[in-house]
Amino acid sequence: MTSWYRCAWRSTSFEARRGGLPWLALASIAFALGLAAFLSQVALTESLALQASIVAALLRACAVFLIAVQVASSTLRELNDKALERMLSLPLSRSTQYLGRLAGFALCGVALAAACAAPLLLWAPAGTVLLWAVSLACESALVAAAALFFSMTLAQLVPAIAATAGLYVLGRSIAAIQSIAGGPLAEASLPHEMARWVLDAVALLLPRLEAVTRTAWLLYGPPDAGAYAAALAGLVVYTGVLIAAGLFDFHRRNL
Amino acid sequence: MNRDARALSSVPLWVWLALGLSVGAQLAFQSTRQPAPPAAADLAPPPPVQALRLASFGEPEASARLLMLYLQAFDLGGGNALPYKNLDYRRLTGWLRAILELDPRSGYPLFLAARVYAEVPDEARARIALEFVYQEFFKDPNRRWPWLAHAALLAKHRLGDLALAHRYAAAIDHYTTAQDIPLWAKQMEIFILEDMNELQAAKIMIGGLLAKGAIRDPAEVRFLKERLDELEARIARGKKK
Repeated sequence: MTSWYRCAWRSTSFEARRGGLPWLALASIAFALGLAAFLSQVALTESLALQASIVAALLRACAVFLIAVQVASSTLRELNDKALERMLSLPLSRSTQYLGRLAGFALCGVALAAACAAPLLLWAPAGTVLLWAVSLACESALVAAAALFFSMTLAQLVPAIAATAGLYVLGRSIAAIQSIAGGPLAEASLPHEMARWVLDAVALLLPRLEAVTRTAWLLYGPPDAGAYAAALAGLVVYTGVLIAAGLFDFHRRNL
Repeated sequence: MNRDARALSSVPLWVWLALGLSVGAQLAFQSTRQPAPPAAADLAPPPPVQALRLASFGEPEASARLLMLYLQAFDLGGGNALPYKNLDYRRLTGWLRAILELDPRSGYPLFLAARVYAEVPDEARARIALEFVYQEFFKDPNRRWPWLAHAALLAKHRLGDLALAHRYAAAIDHYTTAQDIPLWAKQMEIFILEDMNELQAAKIMIGGLLAKGAIRDPAEVRFLKERLDELEARIARGKKK
């Protein structure tokens, strides 16, 4: 079993290298640093905070986008090349195969998070950057689980990436949408109340991504330990949901 | 480079021509469209804070700072000899308020209001910017007092409004509670009432902030030093006359 996981990691990291993921990550870091340096030239104050916030926000988005595209393209290539069927002929359970593949992608996400966090040491203390990096690694693992689930289920590249991106964007903006719906300017009519309930119900099905990997930690100090643990626990729980859903679908799949 | 690619000579001549012409046309077209700096009239009404929060996708700190850069580009430079003289200050302070709500711990909006927008040679506009600083001070006095202190100096020396300066100084004294606030800031009222010229007062204030380590950002330190030099030059010119 352990050798299968090692083999899955080797295969996903080979795929990532072949797909140019390390170069794309380096290009993202170079672009973020260049943009931050350029923008700080026109800032009259808080130039260091501006650089840190731009680099953190951009690299977070890049890490998530790269891992989602990597997982979706790699999984769909395996599906189209019938490599998945060959693997299923091995004496391994479907759960082990699915989890092994996901573990490989999650480790890619961890490596990507570490690479994206490294430049932030220029502006924030190492301890805070470590908290940010751990959070980004968990967020990348969640996105990898979502991309794997959607790729296996939808079996098409564009719908899989669109569904992963939709889930991620909604996860990051649902708190703002809920606050608009519940604001004092909102009218107190029945249709509006119903819309608010629907929104609250949708929010129950989404991860709270606005609470994790926050730039505020880098600018204004580390988060409260309880809040940090709760935010990460939310990610772990949601990743568990995605894994369970993926396993459910994979076990039912007729190849 | 793809190893499976054929030699360049296999590309037909008309495709080479089409590529060259289309790139040339693109460069020629874009070179005629140099974007002008945004004019004062282009500043749209501020969007609601909730809309900004939604558009920031959970990155309010980065969005707030990018919005500040966007805002400070309006009515600045180009053929405009007096920056910000044409801006609609009600609209401007609406933007500053929205950005400050997006990231309440950022000092950028208050810095720009107190040190840039309030220093325009237009009393009505300066008063709007100063009033914005005064109103926002109450939401976080222990963090926002430096900008109100500067507003008090401007009210006294630029507007010549001692009552307004006194009101601002008294607010700092009454509403700040943190232990690390310097004595000169707590005693700003005396500072205002004393017969001190603007340069002396600014030197005490900026010098005090720099010595205390309250200002560490290199861009802000550079900006304040340039302002002090400008002030010195202005006062020296005034004495010569």
